[in-house]
Amino acid sequence: MSNQITLTVNGQSHTLPAIPGEMLADLLRKRLRLTGTKIGCQEAECGACTVIVDGEPVLSCVYPAERANGKTVLTIEGLASTSAPLPKEDEQGMGIKLHPLQEAFVQHGAVQCGFCIPGQIMTAYALLQRNPNPTRDDIRAALKDTLCRCAGYPTIENAIQAAAHALRTGEPVPPPHIPDSVHAHKVVGHRHIRPDAVEKVTGKALYTDDLVFDRMLYAAVRRAMVPHAFLKKLDVSKARALPGVAAVLTTEDIPGEKTHGLVIYDWPVMIGLGERIRYVGDALAIVAAETPEIAEQAAALIEAEFDLQPPILDPVQARQEGVPQIHEKGNLLKHIKVRKGDMEQGFAEAEVILEHTFHTPATDHAFLEPECSIAVPLPNGRMEIYVGSQIPYQDRTQVARALGWPEERVRIVGQLMGGGFGGKEDIAGQIHAALLAHATGRPVKLLFDRRESLLVHPKRHATQIRVKVGAKKDGRLTAVETELYGDTGAYASLGEKVMTRATTHSAGPYDIPHVRADCYAMYTNNPPAGAFRGFGVLQSAFAVESMMDMLAEKLNLDPIELRRMNALHVGSITNTGQELRDSVGLTECIDRVSDAMSRVSGLPRGELFKPRPAPNAPHLVRAWGFAAAYKNTGLGGGAPDKSGADVELYEDGTFETRSSAAELGQGLVTVMRLAVAEELSLHPDLVRVLVMDTDLTPDGGPTTASRQTYVTGNAARLAARTLREQISAVLAEKYDVRPEQVRFEDSKVHINGHTLTYAEVYREMTALGQRPRVRYEYEAPKTQPLGTGGDMHFAYSFAAQAAEVEVNTLTGEVRVLRVISANDVGAAINPLGLQGQVEGGVMMGLGHALTEEFIVEGGQVVTDRLARYRIPGIQLTPEITAIIVEHPTAEGPYGAKGVGEIVSIPTPPAITNAIYNAVGVRIDRLPVDQEKIAAALWERKQNTSPADKT
Amino acid sequence: MLPWQIYLRPQTLAEVRQALDSAPKPVLPIAGGTDLLLDLRQGRHAPVQTLVDLTAVAEMTVIELRGEHLFIGAAVPVSRVHSDPLVARHARALTEASALIAGPQVRNVATLGGNVAHALPAADGTIALLALDTQAEIAAISGENRIVPLSQLFLGPGKSAIDKNKEIIVGFYIQVLEASEAFKVSSCFKRIMRPQGVALPIINCAIWLAREGDRIRDIRIAVGPGGPIPFRATKAEAVLRGQTPTNETIERALIALLDQVQFRTSPRRASADYRRHLVGGLFRDVIESAWERAG
Ligand SMILES: Cc1cc2nc3c(=O)[nH]c(=O)nc-3n(C[C@H](O)[C@H](O)[C@H](O)COP(=O)(O)OP(=O)(O)OC[C@H]3O[C@@H](n4cnc5c(N)ncnc54)[C@H](O)[C@@H]3O)c2cc1C
Ligand code: FES
Ligand code: FES
Repeated sequence: MSNQITLTVNGQSHTLPAIPGEMLADLLRKRLRLTGTKIGCQEAECGACTVIVDGEPVLSCVYPAERANGKTVLTIEGLASTSAPLPKEDEQGMGIKLHPLQEAFVQHGAVQCGFCIPGQIMTAYALLQRNPNPTRDDIRAALKDTLCRCAGYPTIENAIQAAAHALRTGEPVPPPHIPDSVHAHKVVGHRHIRPDAVEKVTGKALYTDDLVFDRMLYAAVRRAMVPHAFLKKLDVSKARALPGVAAVLTTEDIPGEKTHGLVIYDWPVMIGLGERIRYVGDALAIVAAETPEIAEQAAALIEAEFDLQPPILDPVQARQEGVPQIHEKGNLLKHIKVRKGDMEQGFAEAEVILEHTFHTPATDHAFLEPECSIAVPLPNGRMEIYVGSQIPYQDRTQVARALGWPEERVRIVGQLMGGGFGGKEDIAGQIHAALLAHATGRPVKLLFDRRESLLVHPKRHATQIRVKVGAKKDGRLTAVETELYGDTGAYASLGEKVMTRATTHSAGPYDIPHVRADCYAMYTNNPPAGAFRGFGVLQSAFAVESMMDMLAEKLNLDPIELRRMNALHVGSITNTGQELRDSVGLTECIDRVSDAMSRVSGLPRGELFKPRPAPNAPHLVRAWGFAAAYKNTGLGGGAPDKSGADVELYEDGTFETRSSAAELGQGLVTVMRLAVAEELSLHPDLVRVLVMDTDLTPDGGPTTASRQTYVTGNAARLAARTLREQISAVLAEKYDVRPEQVRFEDSKVHINGHTLTYAEVYREMTALGQRPRVRYEYEAPKTQPLGTGGDMHFAYSFAAQAAEVEVNTLTGEVRVLRVISANDVGAAINPLGLQGQVEGGVMMGLGHALTEEFIVEGGQVVTDRLARYRIPGIQLTPEITAIIVEHPTAEGPYGAKGVGEIVSIPTPPAITNAIYNAVGVRIDRLPVDQEKIAAALWERKQNTSPADKT
Repeated sequence: MLPWQIYLRPQTLAEVRQALDSAPKPVLPIAGGTDLLLDLRQGRHAPVQTLVDLTAVAEMTVIELRGEHLFIGAAVPVSRVHSDPLVARHARALTEASALIAGPQVRNVATLGGNVAHALPAADGTIALLALDTQAEIAAISGENRIVPLSQLFLGPGKSAIDKNKEIIVGFYIQVLEASEAFKVSSCFKRIMRPQGVALPIINCAIWLAREGDRIRDIRIAVGPGGPIPFRATKAEAVLRGQTPTNETIERALIALLDQVQFRTSPRRASADYRRHLVGGLFRDVIESAWERAG
């Protein structure tokens, strides 16, 4: 019987005692502290934990550690040492030896949040060992189950091919082909690598679960697991008695406020006796113990009894008379109204009227890094929370409230985030960890497993959307009426805001004289719904863009023409009464996608939307589909939209810029770095970026609504500009020149023939008692609340998209072959990052069309594993053509507006419109159900007797 | 709860017997663990005292010709089954099924033994093996090894006839029929998936056939999930045996298949109707491929 494990890891031999139940991933991460190997699911679905054992890639999360006895293991940390030094090492000033794969992932921008990257690189490494010259298909086969939610799959493919080239030839890694911005400046608008890319490809990047603290305890939460009930009895005595348990807390142990929430404090931190349970994820009690296993066991020993209530299962039911009311103020969170013009007149003027109802499901963010919070009590009485959060200052407020403390006693130390997409805006484990740390005086880690993540955090709102359109025969829209029901689940979260966005955008990016929209955001006993990339607009775009194609068919018009003739343009008045004064690139997006469609397919415009059988396979039918979209940038609706940023010059001549704005993988840190480098004419490497620390960084506001490029980008830009002005003033004085004569160039400052390095500038400034540090609080242009008719938002992004699908008429299976995505982003600050955002956005949209559905039945979550909630992998990736349209917006930094959300929005209707064009089956409910397509085609075949066929 | 306490890594079949016999109970064999570890961790299987790892057992990790049979060790990783030239030559359907099970990382550890012992009616490896008329070699704690037809290993969905506390599958024997002047043999496996939900196929189909000129000399058809246990379409086989596979004979075989098969509705995966509708196209596709290959 072997109870020792001897294995070689990254060239080093280790002998360790065997631990019952231990997987290789735990041995590597916990015992050898090799935390580059990531855990995304622990169910053999995501591939993040891939390591190489005896030359083959395996999933270390389902690989018993004892099986590795006698074997050789290679992890991301050991990869660089397997390769010969690169020919042109350190070209990017990275100063670290990288394997060509790592180098290529960095150069090509394949790294976004970075959480999947070690798994991607290790899987790719094994492929290249076997096959030094892989085709795209080879890469796709090898990476089939190595998921990336940021989903830059095409870029990952390119990076692997570039690395393969370098490895075969000994030449440097070939750079990507990504055009600069048409509005490029010195730094901004050119291709730059992310500041955190190198640490992410080497496995050095630390995410919250990678941290350990002395004497740290592990937390677990006893969840209700019933959707609607009153808590009758709660017995924690067995849990308390379990050896190794340090604390078991219930709602009575909360020193401060007992609820949390982002807008409305309606979400109980824990449910107390006699109180109402509103969804399966409600917390009843929390445990801290010496090990995660003991904590889990203790949580399972907590006994609860319920007085079960009939659950409210959907928003339409929630609004019916006589149903139970889940919250004190009722089931209606908000009735949202949009009114423009006169509906009677609009429909009277119409020559055609169409009406249809659409449904979209709840979906999950499925960020690859599950939620993790660590609360650390400090000797000085403060509390630090280590967490990957989209709104650090909100976390601070909510944690402090629950502890009953002033906010300053809490410090949120934001960590790298393995994706967020809106799903890390609400409180997950922050408060629970803090309460336990407070009670025990010890650091406490609360890590969700994938199941808890799926059960607990807010989802995308499921919706029912009825659209009624009126139009003239020539296609001009006369009226659009919509009625939306949004399922906001058990708690408000950002539900009101999300459904407001869904409502205001529900008539599409069109100039329409008469509009009316009513939305009912309803509480139900489903998991809460909140922010999710696209913020309600993805749902309403599916409805209205499907309707636009139905209208085009009815009127026998080209769907592109129909959209073009109604498109918003400069001078249009939106449905909420806002006049668009600049930066409306919708028509250009439509035209460029339309041209690109003909170009890549070689088909004349008239043929694009007609069905075409695939070569040699008549049962596979192809067609293109089209959709357009718009999406606000920024909070809007009258909410003050502010962000603060610091820029500071250091003694060694380097700079740091700081904001609490969150980096989820989307590339804000690059935007901040480039803005500062631009303003001070610096090499970007001289600028460090620090984000998400409530002690050290000024409030950047929430990272939501595609706002950070705009607001924090501006804050960093203006802070840098102010610092430049201060430097100019000081040097002008000293050298007795006018401030305009101080020139900033090549990372240096030039005055009348004198050249100063920034280290020298630092000395000049400090000698005069000036600290070279500027804090700038940027406030975006004022907006107006809905219903007041003014500017509801300070900017909008626009997009058009085309998708080519292939439908198998025998099975109903759908494949997306090509997507062309044009996005008006104002200006491309960082073209490399933009590429990843576009690819990832298209893939997320594709997931929403084809694979993703968060299923809740009777209030119970069916899709409680990644194995059941499927996100798109590399094999579903179509050929993606990204077209960047740049209609600068006056106030945006360098003309930029947000891009984070717009890309995904038109993808689902572009795909479902293409399906209709291919086989004549209208999808009015997402995701596409291939069985329904097959059944419809089958029925049609049965009803067409052979004689009818032409 | 820890999924296991003791982990044993026997190197020989004798050591496996010994381990199953004397290790603290409950004891269970583990191969790749790609089904078992998830079942244990997710509470679908009660924790065990001892796991007996089969992946280093010499007798179970070979692929070789033994007389008239191809022997495939039950603990050979599916990726090796997929790339093995003997398997490609004599059991093409299995090569194809092995390429489709899960992703590369899982295939590097998952085994056919586990695929069969998990006893799902639509497991890809199982369906391919069934059409190949596979015999399984079973070892028990005591006594001689037995050889049994694969079809006898299943009791119901997820219920294996093997008593895993006492017995293991050592390997699989697939009859090798070398092509002759008179006839040629081939096989084919295909499946249809849906992009949502669990990674199991909606429907899969494997066909082995011996072709004599323009006639089917012999044929075996397996379809999953065609019933509570892996399903052989014996009635359709009978229709086709001795026939030329024309549209008309295939249509008759399909009717016989539909008559015999018991399709079920799997919630959120596929309705019975959908399966009935799909099976025709899949069946035609697979038989045509196998037929052409044997040409
Ligand atoms: C992400 C993912 C995708 C998957 N996709 C597919 C798919 O596409 N198609 C498919 O068919 N399957 C699929 N599977 C299921 C699984 O991988 C296969 O069934 C695999 O072949 C199981 O083999 P294993 O060696 O891992 O079995 P294990 O998990 O080790 O064992 C399974 C069961 O069999 C028993 N057992 C194992 N070996 C023996 C033996 N030699 N004798 C007796 N009992 C034994 C074990 O005790 C256990 O009860 C997938 C699994 C995952 C995680
Ligand atoms: S963590 Fe291992 S596959 Fe997801
Ligand atoms: S970079 Fe792949 S999951 Fe974020």
